[in-house]
This record gives sequence, C-alpha cells and structure tokens, in this order.
Amino acid sequence: MTEKMALVLFSGSVDKLLAGGIMAGGAVAMDMEVDIFVTFWGLVAFRKDQVNVNQRMSKEFEDMAPALLQAMQAKHYPSWIDTFRKIRSMGQVRIHLCSMTMDMMGWKKEDFVDIVDDVIGVGSFIEMAKEAKVSLFL
Amino acid sequence: MQETELRALKTKVVDARGTSCPGPLLETKKAIVGLPVGGVLETLSSDEGTKADIPMWAKKTGQEFLGILGESGYDRIFVRRLK
Repeated sequence: MTEKMALVLFSGSVDKLLAGGIMAGGAVAMDMEVDIFVTFWGLVAFRKDQVNVNQRMSKEFEDMAPALLQAMQAKHYPSWIDTFRKIRSMGQVRIHLCSMTMDMMGWKKEDFVDIVDDVIGVGSFIEMAKEAKVSLFL
Repeated sequence: MQETELRALKTKVVDARGTSCPGPLLETKKAIVGLPVGGVLETLSSDEGTKADIPMWAKKTGQEFLGILGESGYDRIFVRRLK
C-alpha cells in the first residue's frame, strides 16, 4: 500500500507555506501520497484574491522577512503556490479545505484557487491522518 | 562504483543546478521514467542536501544508486533504473 503524509496548513504566512510545499514535495519524491488540510489562516492564503498579494510572514521573524523575500527573488525561487501546483501535477497530492472555517467566514469553494480538491470536515481529515505515517502541523 | 567507472558511463543528464531542495530530487523522479530499464540517469545538482537524498530515494523506490562525482560548485549523481 502506498505510504501517506498528512499535513495541516493552519498558518497563512508565506514562510510556513513554503516549508509546507517543500515537505510535501519531499513526500511526493519519495512516492508518498499527501493529504493537506487547509484551515484557519491557511485558507486566507489559498483565496483567489489573496494568493498573489499575500506577503505575510511569521511575526516572530518579521525583521528578517525582507531578506527572505529578496533572497527568493535573487535566486528565482518558485513561489509557494507554484510549488504546490508543481507537486500536485507530479503526484498524488490532495488539497482539502476546512468546512468549519469556510462556514464561519462565509466563504465558498469558488473563492479559492483551482488546485484545491474539496471541502471536508475535520472528521474526514482525521481518518486520512490516521493512515498517514508522517503527520505535520504548520 | 569507482570514479573511472562513473566517468565512463553513458548517461542521460538532467541539469537541476540552481534549483533548491527538493528540486533536484523531483527532477530525478520525473526523468527516471524516461529511461529504459538498465539506463543510467545523471543528475546535476548544486544543492548540498540532494547528495544524501538521492541515495535514500533510490533505496526507497528500488533504483540503484551508483555514486557521486563532485565537480566545482555542483555534483554529478548517478542512478541506474532497475524497474
């Protein structure tokens, strides 16, 4: 049976999304399937109206954010969303939106970028995570 | 494999220099399926971590890691497709 990784994207800050994309990419390279549960601020980042403008960074490293953005630009580092697009096209990567946050904020699936798969409840995600050999929370 | 053996191999080269982890690994995964079984893939990588990752990947996916040649500023990493 294929091994699985479960990843919770709670944060919508670019640095954590990048780390999430890299780790999911590593899992794809290692022939694992990846289920990603996007919740709370993570959902903000995946919104169509935010995906290209959101430049939020982790608060505790705010002072280093410009240096990180500059280094990414200088080295032509792909954006976090391009990383997710790429790995999704290369392997079994499913991106699930959290129904509870969506409901609370009054958001619809159409508000989100085209690489999200579905809207699910936490129970479904826990079932997926139960099967996963690697579970991460960002 | 010895250095002289690696240098003599006929390979398909995938140039992943300049891409960051896990870029070279993903390029390797993508390229290996384009080779016939028995063929050798040579990944060029400037990412330090990839030297550890490709042998691990080969073991996990049932391919044969052959060795690494260090060049100036990058590595040549050799894998034979077994399946």
